[in-house]
Amino acid sequence: MKFAFYPGCVARGAGPELFDSAVAVMDRLGIEWVELTGASCTGAGVLQEKDQKLGDILNIRTLAMAEQLGLPVMTICSTCQGVMAQADRRVRKDADYLEEINGYLAEEGLSYSGNTTVKHLLWVLVEDIGVETLKKTFVKELSGVNLAPFYGCYIVRPSDALGFDENPERQTSLETVIESVGGNVVDFPGKTACCGFPILLINQRNSLRMVANHTGTASELGADAMVTPCPLCHLNLDGYQPKARRQNNRGKADLPIIHLPQLLGLAMGMDAKELGLGKHLVNTKDIIGKVESIPVAS
Amino acid sequence: MNSKLKVSRFDPETMGSGQRRWDEFEMDLHPSATVLDALIQIREEVDGTLALRCACRASICGSCGMRVNGEAKLVCKTRIADVAEEGATIVIEPMGNHGIIKDLVVSLDPFFDKVRQVDPYLQPDAEPEQGEFVVNNDSMENLLTAMNCIMCGACVSDCTVLEVDEAFIGPAALAKAWRFVEDPRDDQRDERLKELNEVEGGIWDCTRCFKCVEVCPKDVAPMDRIMEMRDMAIEAGNRNTSGYRHTESFSKSVKKHGRLDEARLAVESAGYTNIPRLIDLAEIGVKSVLKGKMPPIVPHKADENEKITRIFERVESERNT
Repeated sequence: MKFAFYPGCVARGAGPELFDSAVAVMDRLGIEWVELTGASCTGAGVLQEKDQKLGDILNIRTLAMAEQLGLPVMTICSTCQGVMAQADRRVRKDADYLEEINGYLAEEGLSYSGNTTVKHLLWVLVEDIGVETLKKTFVKELSGVNLAPFYGCYIVRPSDALGFDENPERQTSLETVIESVGGNVVDFPGKTACCGFPILLINQRNSLRMVANHTGTASELGADAMVTPCPLCHLNLDGYQPKARRQNNRGKADLPIIHLPQLLGLAMGMDAKELGLGKHLVNTKDIIGKVESIPVAS
Repeated sequence: MNSKLKVSRFDPETMGSGQRRWDEFEMDLHPSATVLDALIQIREEVDGTLALRCACRASICGSCGMRVNGEAKLVCKTRIADVAEEGATIVIEPMGNHGIIKDLVVSLDPFFDKVRQVDPYLQPDAEPEQGEFVVNNDSMENLLTAMNCIMCGACVSDCTVLEVDEAFIGPAALAKAWRFVEDPRDDQRDERLKELNEVEGGIWDCTRCFKCVEVCPKDVAPMDRIMEMRDMAIEAGNRNTSGYRHTESFSKSVKKHGRLDEARLAVESAGYTNIPRLIDLAEIGVKSVLKGKMPPIVPHKADENEKITRIFERVESERNT
């Protein structure tokens, strides 16, 4: 199983612990990968509000690079997943548009013909690897650990770009993974809502109200941590949670926010430090302690 | 088919604001039955006190917006079989972000106040010369997307910004604003864009979460309309918002490096003269450094990033001609 790996800007910038933990986990899962180091940022929806065609050119360029390698794209960012899938859907629906886009790529010797796909690691886990095989890589059952899922908007909407009709299991994939490590799913309505990150630098008050609502609700329902496949959500939910909680007078303690690969790594028995759990702004020592107290299955 | 409906109930005469009661109904329904059919059957055969609003039963009037399993829908357009397996429970609640009058009936007064806020009528400078405005077909077809809105309130119900800020004008009213900004008969385009750019709860407060696009039963795609107005507002010369600085900085970074320069984006969005925000950012920056993570001072670049720059230059020059 080999992928053209697209980690996204945050995993390569402000959230290096995501990249490191993902690579460590992929190794254990037997996923081979080659990083698309020449690919651009997806535009994250921001570039698209200025010029959607420009965004589509950049993303189709990334897909064309993977196609040239004969590999499907794998990402570890919900936002990248969604933005690339939206661009892919637009060119698949309109052959003239695809031709127009390919016109911008010809200079580089690239051309896209729709012979690749883009898949988040989360979907690879449930679709390509499968829960039974995944479980065999775990050495710990995180029973008694209460985990709230938090998807990130672009991996759940718009649904018609995300292949939910053909792959309905994607809609509950994060809960499936939490159950596969033996954790308890803390279900709450905010799990598919917005974390507030896109307006953090524009309307911080509203952004932090969202952070406080989601982390506060999950905590009140007994969550020990929140798990997300989106590094942008992580930046907001982790980095701004203490301030959000203070400003909105919500909850007594901060809720650790764990990247999806870090959760897998914990179940695989990896060292918390190696997984970068010490790099979060919300202290993760309680959740680490809870996991470390669980004996490795013999 | 056998169906279980769990229905949210609120009686203003006996319950305080914010309270609710759940009633469960088990019924045998035709496989093609809609959620509205089921609710009407409950009202007529089981509990005549159940309050709900409906009229056309054909997704034209926009009266029967409700939340079904947590998502806003027109219940006349929603078949039971499409939202629940045989025997599974379907949860029905009034729409979110609206005040509840009784059971499943919400107040639409704030909804229409927001629509009125965007001056939803044509404002031409002069009478048409020939007694009527002649408009080409393409511009009317363009407007059709937003004109399909039936004012059901589904987008407002599930808007993640309205959940935390009732001052946000919201998806429905902003889509309506777009409809007049784009109408060639209107002469207040620039004034409208300036207002939507500056007013509290205007175009820059949307989080781009796609909820409104997902739940709209008429494919109005309010979020897409809001994004178009952001670009139009910038093109019309409105460059005084952190939203504008954010978009510009983002674009500049990807153009130059192929990747996002997070540290610079944060600073440039705040604005170099916005001292309180810069202090706030410095606090997070210092904490990140102490934890051993911080966006690199020298931004990370895509390999052969000049190729990405060339694509930007080509698209920009085509746009300017």
